[in-house]
Amino acid sequence: MLRLANPARFMRFSAAILPWCAAATALCLGVGLILALFVAPPDYQQGEAVRIMYVHVPAAYMASMIYAVVALASAVALIWRHPLADIAAQEAAPLGAGFTLICLISGSLWGEPMWGTWWVWDARLTSVLVLFFLYLGYLALINAFDDPSRGAKAGAILALVGVVNLPIIKFSVDWWSTLHQPASIFRMGGPTIAASMLWPLGIMALGFTLFFVTLLLVRMRSRLLAARIRAIRLTA
Amino acid sequence: MSAWLTLVRRDLRLALRQGGDAAMVIAFFFLAVTLFPLGVGPAPETLSRIAAGIVWVTALLAALLSLERLFLADYEDGSLEVLALMPLPLEFQVLAKALAHWLTTGLPLTLVAPLLALLLHLDRAGFGMLVAGMALGTPTLSLVGAVGAALTLGARRGGVLLSLLVLPLYIPVLIFGVGATEAAITGLAVRPHLLLLTALLLAAIPLAPVAAAAALRQAVE
Repeated sequence: MLRLANPARFMRFSAAILPWCAAATALCLGVGLILALFVAPPDYQQGEAVRIMYVHVPAAYMASMIYAVVALASAVALIWRHPLADIAAQEAAPLGAGFTLICLISGSLWGEPMWGTWWVWDARLTSVLVLFFLYLGYLALINAFDDPSRGAKAGAILALVGVVNLPIIKFSVDWWSTLHQPASIFRMGGPTIAASMLWPLGIMALGFTLFFVTLLLVRMRSRLLAARIRAIRLTA
Repeated sequence: MSAWLTLVRRDLRLALRQGGDAAMVIAFFFLAVTLFPLGVGPAPETLSRIAAGIVWVTALLAALLSLERLFLADYEDGSLEVLALMPLPLEFQVLAKALAHWLTTGLPLTLVAPLLALLLHLDRAGFGMLVAGMALGTPTLSLVGAVGAALTLGARRGGVLLSLLVLPLYIPVLIFGVGATEAAITGLAVRPHLLLLTALLLAAIPLAPVAAAAALRQAVE
C-alpha cells in the first residue's frame, strides 16, 4: 500500500492490471447472468420473479461494502495521510451511491409482485435509505468547500461518523421483526439458501465487486490525470 | 473545570444577549406544529394518532435551526483559533458549546412540548414519556448537531448542507423517542426505548466531541 502512495507508480500499476480487471469483470458478469437468468431454478413460491434477487442482493452487498471501503480509506487518509486514500474514498462514494440506488429500485420492483407494495417502512429498507442519504451527504460535503483539501478532510470525518449505520443495516432484520426476509447467507449456522441459487448469487456478487474495482481504478486514474493536466496548464 | 464552566457561561451569555434566539426556536416550534392541524384536518382522532410524531419531528427541525451558528461566530472573528490553542482540550470545549446549545434550545423545547401535545390531543398517558424521551433525546441532538456544525464550517450553503448531514443521524433518536411515547399510550414496555435513548446519549457524549474537535482542527489549520 505504501509503495502505491506514489501517484506515478500507482498509474503504472493500475495501467498494468486494469485490462485484466476489465476482462475478469466481463467474464464473471457474463457467466453470472447466464447462470442467474437461465440455469438457476425458479423459486417454488415466487416463480421466475426470484431472478431479481441476483441483481438486488449483490447490489445491496456492494452498497454496504463500498461504504466500508470509503470509511476505511478515510481512516487511512486521516491517520497516515496516505496521498491516494482521500482520492480512493471520494471516487468510490458515487459508485456506492449508485449501487444503493440499484438496490432500492430493484428491491422496490421485486416488492410489488411479492409483497403487494412498492415500499414499506421496515427496518432494513429504512436503514438502506439512510445509507443512501449518508452517501449523498458525503458527496455534497466534499464538494462544498472552495479549498478541496478541506472538503476531503471533512468528508473523511463524516464517513467515519456514518459507519455506525452499517451494523444497523446488517442486524436490522434480526433486531426488529420486519417484512424484509432475515439473513439467509451470512448467519450463525451457515447459509440456508439452496446451493443451486447460492452459486449464481456468489458469482454475481464477485462480478459486481470486480466491476467496482475496475471502475474505481478508472476513476482514480482519471482524477490523477486531470490533476496532471491542471498542473501542466498552470505552468504552460 | 472552572475553564470549562467559564466557556459554558460565555456561550450562554452570548446566546441570551441575542435575546431572540431561544424565543425564535420556540416560536418556530409552535408555528410548525400549528401547520399540521391545518394540513391534515382538525379531527382529534387523526391528530392524536400522529401527535407524538409531529411534536418530535418539529422539535428535531427546530433544534436544527440554531446549529449553524454554533461555531460560526467564533470561526469568523478568529476566536476559534485562540480556543484551539487553549490548554483545555478542544473536545471539552465542544461539550461546553453543546451543553450551552441544549440549555438554550433543547431544554426549552422539552418544557414546551406538553403544551403542544395538548394542542394536538395527545393521549394523556403519553405526556410523561414524551417529556422524558425529549429530555433524553435533545442532548443527543445537540451533540450530533455539533459534529455537523463543525464539519460544515465555512462551506457553501452551510445551513442546508448541515441539515442534509445531520438528519440521517437524528433518525434513531426520533424512532426511539416516538416509540417510548407510543409504548406508554398503548401500555407496552417503555423501558427498552428509554434505555436505547440513554445508550445513544451515552455514546454521543464521548464520540461526538472527538469527531467535532477533529473537524474544528482542520477548519482552523
